[in-house]
Amino acid sequence: MQFFWAFLVGGALCVIGQLLIDLTAMTPARILVLFVVSGVVLSALGWYPPLAKFAGAGATVPLLGFGHLLAQGVIAAVEQHGLLGALTGGFSAAAGGIAASLACGVIASLLARSKDQC
Amino acid sequence: MKLSKEEYDKLNQQVSPKSRLLTDCLWAFFVGGSICLVGEVLRVFYLSRGFILTDASALTSVTLVVLSAVLTSLGWYQKLASRAGAGTLVPITGFANAVVSPAIEYRVEGLVTGVGAKMFVIAGPVIVWGMLASIVWGVVYYFLRPMLGG
Repeated sequence: MQFFWAFLVGGALCVIGQLLIDLTAMTPARILVLFVVSGVVLSALGWYPPLAKFAGAGATVPLLGFGHLLAQGVIAAVEQHGLLGALTGGFSAAAGGIAASLACGVIASLLARSKDQC
Repeated sequence: MKLSKEEYDKLNQQVSPKSRLLTDCLWAFFVGGSICLVGEVLRVFYLSRGFILTDASALTSVTLVVLSAVLTSLGWYQKLASRAGAGTLVPITGFANAVVSPAIEYRVEGLVTGVGAKMFVIAGPVIVWGMLASIVWGVVYYFLRPMLGG
């Protein structure tokens, strides 16, 4: 059942993104920024953690979950290091995904050839 | 049926955006949902291997990023993205694609000014604003915490 909810919630969050693409003329970069910042806000308000618990990867894999990760990382860091945690929490929490993307980007640029888009 | 150009345009406008919107949304839903489903399978797998919740989530993200990088290098992710739209953009795989794609694209401009500088042309703003939002939230949380009785 948890797989079903992950699929359903993840799909629904992507539909929100698709509606933004089709109905407003937002560029992909703007949509990604909107999703991450919204994720931080929703998580800070305490609305996202229940969804993440309920839908698992359905809530954490979309970029809203990336924002959620940042917000929760900051909470943990502030608890531990006080005000300094506000600066260190976000990057620490996001480090895995960003560093993996970075390393993959460099490796791919060395191994792959540029292809025509679509 | 005979139609003037205006009538045709009107009819065309009535019909096509709606049906396109529906098709786009269905594609986004099924592809995006499937990527999240793969994520959930990975997460359950890592949890069953004894990783704690946060580590299992982080490993899931890293695995999806690597998968996305491989598919992007092969040019398959872009093909899927042309149909799936937000279904491939919104998941973390879309973030990885946004990093890997320009890295490959700008390789010809060199490793420093090409790959190094252009790699975060789309993902950079995401990190800047996401991080800024988290800093603001961190400061707010710091001053809010005593009031919450924490």
